[in-house]
Amino acid sequence: MEKFTAHTGKAAPLRRANVDTDQIIPAVYLKRVTRTGFGDGLFAAWRSDPEFVLNRPEHDGATVLVAGPDFGTGSSREHAVWALQDYGFQAVISSRFGDIFRGNAGKAGLLAALVDHKVVERLWSLLEQDPATPVTVDLEQRLILAGTGEDAIRDSFDIDDYTRWRLLEGLDDIGITLSHVDEVEAYEAHRSPLRPTTVPAG
Amino acid sequence: MRTTLAEKVWEEHVVRRHEGEPDLLYIDLHLIHEVTSPQAFDGLRLAGRRVRRPDLSIATEDHNVPTVDVDKPIADPVSRTQVETLRRNCAEFGVRLHPLGDADQGIVHVVGPQLGLTQPGMTIVCGDSHTSTHGAFGALAFGIGTSEVEHVLATQTLPQVRPKTMAVNVDGELPEGVTPKDLVLALIAQVGTGGGQGHVVEYRGQAFRTMSMEGRMTVCNMSIEWGAKAGMVAPDDATFAYLEGRPHAPKGKDWEAALDYWRGLVTDQDATFDREIHLDASAVTPFVTWGTNPGQGVPLAANVPDPSDFDDPDERLSAERALAYMGLQAGTPMRDIRVDTVFLGSCTNGRIEDLRAAAEVIRGRSVAEDVRMLVVPGSGRVRLQAESEGLDVIFKEAGAEWRGAGCSMCLGMNPDQLAPGERSASTSNRNFEGRQGKGGRTHLVSPLVAAATAVSGHLATPADLSHAV
Repeated sequence: MEKFTAHTGKAAPLRRANVDTDQIIPAVYLKRVTRTGFGDGLFAAWRSDPEFVLNRPEHDGATVLVAGPDFGTGSSREHAVWALQDYGFQAVISSRFGDIFRGNAGKAGLLAALVDHKVVERLWSLLEQDPATPVTVDLEQRLILAGTGEDAIRDSFDIDDYTRWRLLEGLDDIGITLSHVDEVEAYEAHRSPLRPTTVPAG
Repeated sequence: MRTTLAEKVWEEHVVRRHEGEPDLLYIDLHLIHEVTSPQAFDGLRLAGRRVRRPDLSIATEDHNVPTVDVDKPIADPVSRTQVETLRRNCAEFGVRLHPLGDADQGIVHVVGPQLGLTQPGMTIVCGDSHTSTHGAFGALAFGIGTSEVEHVLATQTLPQVRPKTMAVNVDGELPEGVTPKDLVLALIAQVGTGGGQGHVVEYRGQAFRTMSMEGRMTVCNMSIEWGAKAGMVAPDDATFAYLEGRPHAPKGKDWEAALDYWRGLVTDQDATFDREIHLDASAVTPFVTWGTNPGQGVPLAANVPDPSDFDDPDERLSAERALAYMGLQAGTPMRDIRVDTVFLGSCTNGRIEDLRAAAEVIRGRSVAEDVRMLVVPGSGRVRLQAESEGLDVIFKEAGAEWRGAGCSMCLGMNPDQLAPGERSASTSNRNFEGRQGKGGRTHLVSPLVAAATAVSGHLATPADLSHAV
């Protein structure tokens, strides 16, 4: 996984709450057996609407998504994260994420920045007035920065310390766990023999 | 220290605890299916890793498999590739697989319990959010993403941040004709789709002590629909009776030892939860959804709500959007809503008890003209059991379609889909836009309401049907 320290880019305001992972990528797009190629399925049902925010030319090339509360609820499909990344997004900002989505984002290297909904509202207003304004998501300082002058946004965001550390270092979770394999073996040595196995019952 | 059931199960599975890190938890059972696993197996191959515990892993084909002509090759080449990829991966890494056509093939959350692999006190994960189903047995069970699937395959563990705990106390008993599905839909309407976020929920109270295992599975299944990480019910005699004699349940002396352990899996008296919610089961009535998330529901006897009734601006906007998508007018009685399709199945309501309840309503009646009813058993074993009881004949004589096992129209990944604008009454778990097919409109209902709706052509309860059969 690549290291993530800070990112600055154009941002798209997605003024919707409860964007579940079926909206991010419908099930019919989940048949691929690779980790790539899901960008076309991103928000598939909404992309046919010319007024949809990602279809607006002023938001071309957006790399930060600013979404309403409860983004990424529902299905556990990590394809939702891959589709956002394939499209070009590096960070999503929202006041509440589905737990599994947020976990998946952290594993796949997409920054899910949790903020107060007021910050989302201010970003939406700013981006609707000036779509080209760059938004910075600084993971080292846990800050979101955008705009200048009186309307300038400089707010902190939440992310758990461990995920932040892994993203900053670009570390793969499995490698970390395998470095503690002796502890896994120790656990297995005293694990209850009553627990079932999937070995076909005789 | 007084601890909750969830905390007990958690503590028993901590492999490593270190300041500043999530706990590393041991996973007792890993359930695998074709959609969320191919990239995980690929990751293992790329890194030269093996599956650490194939003997704690089991796979089946459910999400994208057809429910007709299951003895023929899968027609859709992309679906076929995905299923064949699972078969190759299971063969290469030594994982037990129940493929299409096998009696133990079916929805992964129906297969685990029916094999007796789902037991109290276990940690269970699967690349599917409805893994919460298994919490009905007092297991700690939750859905994970594909990166985590790979992590479990490689290490049989998962790093997890300790969740908060919540109790949902439901006193009283559900009235006649009111099902666990109605209860959970009413709960989600009250707490909202994000209400359980960050919490493991324990469902407690008299309503659960008198509820069947199938009913507990229905409620735990939908924990994720209000954002909870997992749902649990403490094991009791109903749990043990369900498990006894199943292929992977302990036998003989082991059974007695297991019972001793399982009986201890309860929340201590005076243990505290981070949050508690109270509900009165006796006040619940048949409940259905009108909108595009599972929290947008009302009693079947009520009307489609008016968006202006919502104080919260985001909820109002969501309601406006939902009514437009659903093609509904505020104030319309829910009972007046006509449907094109009835779907009976899914990991929420595709078990034998659900099919029996619906068949009892359908028996001697006919599915309304212009209504298509799909009956999709949760597993091959459920299908065989239903056929041995003659339920298939009841459904077929009424004009319903009797299908093979799988996820089917719950998520419309296989050919079982709604056409744009079509409306369904569905016993599944999600009424999201396009969930059952692009432009499809879904009302979530119980198996009893599904059956009565199929007969009358509009949303209805069995009590609404004429008594003359």
